Amino acid sequence: MKSYLSSEYVVHRDHERCIRCKVCVNQCTYETHYYDPEDDKVYSRDINCTNCQRCVVFCPTNAITITKNPNAYKENENWTQEAIVSIKKQAETGGVILTGMGCDKPHFTFWDRLVLNASQVTNPSIDPLREPMEIRTYLGSKPDRLELKNSDGDVLLMTELAPQLCLETPIMFSALSYGAVSLNVHESLARAATEFGTFFNTGEGGLDPRLYKYGDHTIVQVASGRFGVHPQYLDVGAAIEIKIGQGAKPGIGGHLPGEKVTEDISQTRMIPIGTDALSPAPQHDIYSIEDLRQLIYALKEATDYSKPISVKIAAVHNVAAIASGMVRAGADIIALDGVRGATGAAPRVIRDNVGIPIEFAIASVDQRLREEGIRNRASIVAAGGFRSSADVVKAIALGADAVYIATAALVAIGCTVCQKCYIGKCPWGIATTDPWISKRINPKIASKRLVNLLQAWSSEIKEMMGGMGINAIESLRGNRLHLRGVGLTEAECRILGVKMAGE
Amino acid sequence: MDHTEELIAEISRKFLSRIRSKESVYSVDASGLPYRELNTLLKALGNNGAKKIEVHGVYGQRYIGTGIDKKIVIELFGTPGNDLGAFMSGPRIVVHGNAQDCCGNTMDEGLIVVHGHVGDIAGYSMRGGKLFIRDDVGYRVGIHMKEYRDKRPVLVVGGAPGDFLGEYMAGGVILVLGLNSENKEFRARYVGTGMHGGVIFVRGEMNNLVSGVEALEANEEDMKIVDGLVREFCFYFGFDVDDVLDGKFTKITPINKRPYGNLYAY
Amino acid sequence: MDGITKLNCRYGDDKDFAGCSIFGMMNLQGKCFSSEDPVKAISNMHERGNGLGGGFAVYGLYPEHIDDYAFHIMYLSREAKKKTDKLLNESFEVLEDEELPTKEANVLDPPKVWRYFVQPNIRKLKNKSADDYVLEKVMRINTETGKAFVFSSGKNMGVFKGVGFPEDIAEFFCLDEYKGYIWVCHGRFPTNTPGWWGGAHPFNILDWTVVHNGELSSYGINRRYLEMYGYKCTMQTDTEVLAYAFDLLMRRQKLPINIVSKVLAPPLWEEIANIESEQARILRTLRQTYGSLLMNGPFSVVVAHHGEMIGLTDRLKLRPLSAGTRGDYLYLSSEESAIRLVSPILDKSWNPRGGEPVVGRLKTSKVVEVPAK
Repeated sequence: MKSYLSSEYVVHRDHERCIRCKVCVNQCTYETHYYDPEDDKVYSRDINCTNCQRCVVFCPTNAITITKNPNAYKENENWTQEAIVSIKKQAETGGVILTGMGCDKPHFTFWDRLVLNASQVTNPSIDPLREPMEIRTYLGSKPDRLELKNSDGDVLLMTELAPQLCLETPIMFSALSYGAVSLNVHESLARAATEFGTFFNTGEGGLDPRLYKYGDHTIVQVASGRFGVHPQYLDVGAAIEIKIGQGAKPGIGGHLPGEKVTEDISQTRMIPIGTDALSPAPQHDIYSIEDLRQLIYALKEATDYSKPISVKIAAVHNVAAIASGMVRAGADIIALDGVRGATGAAPRVIRDNVGIPIEFAIASVDQRLREEGIRNRASIVAAGGFRSSADVVKAIALGADAVYIATAALVAIGCTVCQKCYIGKCPWGIATTDPWISKRINPKIASKRLVNLLQAWSSEIKEMMGGMGINAIESLRGNRLHLRGVGLTEAECRILGVKMAGE
Repeated sequence: MDHTEELIAEISRKFLSRIRSKESVYSVDASGLPYRELNTLLKALGNNGAKKIEVHGVYGQRYIGTGIDKKIVIELFGTPGNDLGAFMSGPRIVVHGNAQDCCGNTMDEGLIVVHGHVGDIAGYSMRGGKLFIRDDVGYRVGIHMKEYRDKRPVLVVGGAPGDFLGEYMAGGVILVLGLNSENKEFRARYVGTGMHGGVIFVRGEMNNLVSGVEALEANEEDMKIVDGLVREFCFYFGFDVDDVLDGKFTKITPINKRPYGNLYAY
Repeated sequence: MDGITKLNCRYGDDKDFAGCSIFGMMNLQGKCFSSEDPVKAISNMHERGNGLGGGFAVYGLYPEHIDDYAFHIMYLSREAKKKTDKLLNESFEVLEDEELPTKEANVLDPPKVWRYFVQPNIRKLKNKSADDYVLEKVMRINTETGKAFVFSSGKNMGVFKGVGFPEDIAEFFCLDEYKGYIWVCHGRFPTNTPGWWGGAHPFNILDWTVVHNGELSSYGINRRYLEMYGYKCTMQTDTEVLAYAFDLLMRRQKLPINIVSKVLAPPLWEEIANIESEQARILRTLRQTYGSLLMNGPFSVVVAHHGEMIGLTDRLKLRPLSAGTRGDYLYLSSEESAIRLVSPILDKSWNPRGGEPVVGRLKTSKVVEVPAK
């Protein structure tokens, strides 16, 4: 069947600048560039280009420019380019349209309609460069009150606190499964988390034993496929996360394509090389809230009640009620993943249409747990498309204890958000398990980039806190008076629990 | 005295009247004990030298065998609760009675022998060890069992299964014998949907197959596996090996390692 | 109506979300027995609830009032009681009324609970059946003030429920003083309706009661369908919808349970395709007619009315149900261990298949399990 689709991008090469070094040919894993010895020139197959910019960055003479293909269908706000291209593709394949990363539509980002406060006159702002500014955060269940006992003049603490995670910055690396990303990416995240004093999340593909040494800074995930879940794996993590859902694809499972299941992945996931790794949509031992309790306590029994159990859900309708049930079921940490959360692969219709923005989820969950008097019992971790430290500060002011970042972390180590992770040949060496391509991530260098990012965001968080006259992050957490809305409807302000700017 | 010894001492004091011991064989009365206390006791005994523990009066206590990494024998009298042997790695559990849902959940190593039936979702994501059930099993049994090299979980069902047996199966062996069953005919629907590894053996014919799997008569090589499992089954439950082996066995395997390879447009 | 709805679901969620344990015990000869075994069994499944709901339905409870409707009504204000008493006196002949006996127990904020024995006012019945008349009045009371709620309205039976673990509710309502030949019990794990007594199970209308484990994804349309038939879904729970569905299909439309189970948990189209033609036509027509009553999503229920106790799960069996018999007793339970605790030896013990009802009928010595086809 002849394809009616044309290339999305056009590669422009300045042949005068091109020195035919073939770096671009080698760097592009999609075989966009090729060298023609007869002409002694490098040419491009535009149709293969994903605009990942790898060749652009690595071209020593800046000879390459990539632009959107100016050939477009007649402009139509309803029948967009994306709509027409998708239909043509489906007419040619009969398949579900896949995509990668988070929702790329503009209509879900509410961070940009929230502004932060600063002290002026009535109380002083604080200069974080010279004065103490504390952003350490503990995640885990807190008691409603402490029991103390007086013994011969000494005060004894009788209450034993439930297990906690100590974060030196309220930012953790979100779940990226081994298999979706390579061992090198996992190692980079693990090293950076360890160095900075935060946590990385294994995702649902298990953990290679070579990374067990970073266990104190690892959250091990247990998902529907139970890949790589065994007693040692549960033991090695500092916390265990039950993955119910993911913001990019609430309510559906995942299929890691067989191409990505190499020898190493096969060993960790315990599935044959080259088979698709199929994650069922639900956890089959959880069809109801009391079943969640059953799994939470199975994991607590398996680890002698020694570590917090987190439960991650996609933010959906009734998220507040669900979260309340999760807390009552015994979750120590509740991770909420909003509609802009990213993925290695998801049907685009799901990614772009299912779930609610994380801003509303944080606000309504925090509020509900407070109304029910159970907010102390669990920490809230928010995820789903955090782009800057400002988003983080706003999330914490809305009521989150900490955030998970994944896209931002990947961008730090090279990702350009081209949304083709599902192909498995990521030219930046990230969303791939190909041994040759994944060498492009050097854990030593990549972890440095990640530490730098955490450093930079932490400094910015301190600057913003200082401006508000706050020197400890607990005073920001859930402090919605430091937020105001701009361009929000009354209903949006009500749900977010914020006033309009000027009020 | 280290912490565990203290714990045992403390537990022993608390539960003294419930425990009888002879050498390293213990007998525990579990009636009315909440699961957390019972399991603390079992863990303390099991991880510290007990060879065998008999537990009487079991009525619904969950997670028995979880968190014990020694190859001890635990004999249960009564009806253990859900998640029996969840995440278990080591013990050999014998249930004199029926078991409930999620028996052998994500089990890593060890053995569970049930002299009766079990509920739904037995052997979910098993990655090692063996599960022998004398009678029927519920729905969604053996979902997503896995294997890697010599680590190959085994699930043997003496009766009949419910629907979705071996869904998403990625490895291991399931054997269904259809003896002693409440559901005389093989009525399970959707056997092996999404199966992409492992093998299911069924004593007798297998009709109503889902797409993506094929059923062949078990060959000589297959029968070696079946033979061994049947012998073990008969050893536990006292059936006659020849009777059980009499007749034909069907082998169900996935046609494709990538059952959903064509679902997507890239 | 808003009042009650808000009480139950004060945050405006689509509905209440709850997980649960269910237990039913019936003597098929109609012999009445005490609360001891049912309470022991349901409290053994403590882990499945969270102390925010428990309840019981008892059949054969008021033999001295065998032909009178017994109303159990919760009141949240004096005015509501005044208003309701007025309505009751206008519409019914009130034979007896008293506060339900209660005692100190570990329960949360109990409302005032009143018991009435009534007969419909014959002059006002016109051509309505007494049951339909009662149904209409119950719906009216439940929607009128928002502070009065009839949670039990059958004859010779009664529901007792509230906020607490089931054993605490049993203690509170002094259930050790009652006997019945069917006991249906529930322990609840609500996520978003803390503290409202009416939200506990069983749900009842006339002599139909339902206890339920699971969550119906189809709730929105089930509810809107039933509202066309005059049911007022005040509680925002899927269980209430189930109770009304049974009332509509079995009492009003007189469908037998094996057909009703095919409405609530119908066979898949591809199964219907493999069934002989007349049977297939019936199943196809049922699905076409009652598609809006398909209970989609996980559920296991124990439903009871006089003479019958029924256990049913959804067609994919997403929630557990275990059954057992011993002599004249039929047991249904979320977990087998609860049955074994009260009857260690069973004549028969099994886990029913999804969508296939287990039916216990009075005066028959054996349990009738309806086969698939």
